[in-house]
Amino acid sequence: MPRTDFGPPHYGEMLPPVIKRNYGKWAYHEILKPGVLKHVAESGEEVYTVRVGSARLLSTDTIREICELADKYCDGYVRFTSRHNIEFLLSNKENIEPLIAEVKAKGWPVGGTGTCLSNMVHTQGWIHCHTPATDASGIVKAVMDELYSYFEEAKLPAKLRIALACCLNMCGAVHCSDIAILGIHRTPPRVNHEMLAKVSEIPTVVASCPTGAIRPNPKLKSVDVIEERCMYCGNCYTMSPAMEIMDPENDGISIWVGGKVSNARSAPMFSRLAIPYLPNNPPRWPEVVEAVKHLVEVWATHARKGERMGEWIERIGWESFFKLTGIPFTDKHIDDFIFSVPTFRTTVQFRW
Amino acid sequence: MAESRTPRVDELEKGPWPSFVKEMKRAAEKKPAAGDLLRQLDLSYEEKVGHWKHGGIVGVRGYGGGVIGRYSNKPEEFPEIREFHTIRVNQPSGWFYTTKALRSLCDIWDKYGSGLTNFHGSTGDIILLGTTTENLQPCFDELSDAGFDLGGSGGGLRTPSACVGPARCEYSCIDTLDVCHSLTLEFQDFLHRPQWPYKFKIKVSGCGNDCVAAIARADLAIIGTWKGPLQINQAAVAEYVKNGLDIEEEVIERCPTRALAWDAANGELKLSAEDCVRCMHCINRMPKALKPGTERGATLLVGGKATILKSAFLGWVIVPFMSLTPPYTELKDLMGRIFDWWDENAKNRERIGELIYRLGMRTFLKEVGLPPVPQMVFRPRANPYVFWWPEEVKRNA
Repeated sequence: MPRTDFGPPHYGEMLPPVIKRNYGKWAYHEILKPGVLKHVAESGEEVYTVRVGSARLLSTDTIREICELADKYCDGYVRFTSRHNIEFLLSNKENIEPLIAEVKAKGWPVGGTGTCLSNMVHTQGWIHCHTPATDASGIVKAVMDELYSYFEEAKLPAKLRIALACCLNMCGAVHCSDIAILGIHRTPPRVNHEMLAKVSEIPTVVASCPTGAIRPNPKLKSVDVIEERCMYCGNCYTMSPAMEIMDPENDGISIWVGGKVSNARSAPMFSRLAIPYLPNNPPRWPEVVEAVKHLVEVWATHARKGERMGEWIERIGWESFFKLTGIPFTDKHIDDFIFSVPTFRTTVQFRW
Repeated sequence: MAESRTPRVDELEKGPWPSFVKEMKRAAEKKPAAGDLLRQLDLSYEEKVGHWKHGGIVGVRGYGGGVIGRYSNKPEEFPEIREFHTIRVNQPSGWFYTTKALRSLCDIWDKYGSGLTNFHGSTGDIILLGTTTENLQPCFDELSDAGFDLGGSGGGLRTPSACVGPARCEYSCIDTLDVCHSLTLEFQDFLHRPQWPYKFKIKVSGCGNDCVAAIARADLAIIGTWKGPLQINQAAVAEYVKNGLDIEEEVIERCPTRALAWDAANGELKLSAEDCVRCMHCINRMPKALKPGTERGATLLVGGKATILKSAFLGWVIVPFMSLTPPYTELKDLMGRIFDWWDENAKNRERIGELIYRLGMRTFLKEVGLPPVPQMVFRPRANPYVFWWPEEVKRNA
């Protein structure tokens, strides 16, 4: 029998010596240039970080290439960030430029710090998920290709966090991102009664519906969907393969803006609906790429220095956001789920 | 070889951002499964629909989770991914690695899997993407020998994660890496053998910047903070100003509680410590000059989650301040009480935030033994539908 329940490797075994020596004793840091951080310890020791963008989906041979660089420049240590970036930690300043030269020669981007766009957090999509409304990696690649210079150059008003989830399950938990790209279904599930009777527990399927749109059908030992109540979240399909929700004609993408998780200045905020629907248009999703780029550019043009997307919108008002972006405001933008009321305007103060 | 059999996804080899398609083709040079994966993806691009069947229970001996069953719904067309299960491997705290450890993972995965990975999945695990049912056990056996254990899946504790913390960040008010590691070991039975109503996520951030998005994504968010005034190095503040920082515009005016003032005449930053809400903005802007206060600990928040089922929640403050020193007994005891109450009361697939919403925060606080304090709410209730506990009123009986 193999050993079980021993937990992950102890982080202490994975830390470079310079990190171990100065653990918990860092004094300050500077961003030397996009993608390059300098941390100085109370001891006076310095560590330099080179942040490199990654496809997240990596082959073992690419990981070995990362290891070769880490052996050559970082004494055999490397780390990853919460947004899938690779970080090379250097104790010798002289190694920064040679490392960057090798990284760039491989076609890997250096950046993602400070007021750069960081890498996109995303889900599996058609590569490995059984409930997606769209792909993940393909859209991320198309968007990052278009916004590439924002990763490598610090030219935005503040940090920019874009994330993608391929359905409302939001394994990527995109709901607090400056820009969230979210796969959506738009038609109710088709019930395969024969299959449902065989493979699913009816109470579980009924309970999976947030709007009470699913009722038992005892005659068929199955369920019925009250279609006008369904808002196509797909949770019933997660619970039962007999609730077929995928619909290539109608599935697509929605765009949400203005979320943040950091407590800096303003409290954390949810992303809110900007564009209710854009078509699934592989392999490059041009409508989605164009929409995201437009949002970034309008924000970058109008925001004050240091203002996140959501902070900018809250300052100018959402009515001004729709005016400046030219995005049509529709009935889809007005919430009609359980927490809708606090979003209705209860003052005569607003902008034209 | 796959030449021109995948014309749609081939398009994504172009462009400056690193290409996942190139990664898949690279893996396909050694592993036929990666080639079939690419071809199935190309079919998805043509038909605009996924081609994976629903779940399937697979795993390794002694564990109830950590492996996600996955089967192609086109097994005749793509036989190499007929079975294509994911193994979640618990990452070391803070995602630090030696190249030796990374290479051992690569060697094992080349032997037993598709050669494709995610570094990392969005919960934080190392994702080994795609292998057969037959290969699961021998793959785990070798992972175990190499010192890597499984991560979480299903209705149980999910793999906790932590920001870089004290390893390389001067902001961190707690030892995020150690808290994360210690909690993972303490509760790994819940991680490895799912036995709860639904998933439970734990994330540990060293400060309010919250680089692991704990407040949005964790059922229990542990976020470093402090009490007392932040530490100011006036000479270093002056240095920032001398070097061109517009301190009025970029710091003073952005303070959410107007806790700071700039005395230009004397070159002094003035702090009204009782007004500071520790948002981190001024520290972020002047890391050489400002530091968190010296009495450090964490704020605990509960309930954060994405939309499904009853709406997305941000975490709610349940403990404004807790000192965190090993072995974290107070924290672990509280977590045990929270897990028990949730496990006892939740419906199937009800996250803890949804349970608290259904039964009321007052019930949660009473059951887990936490005192209500004003830091838990933005403002008190406006509606007069107030519940009283039986012992709080006199009844004629």
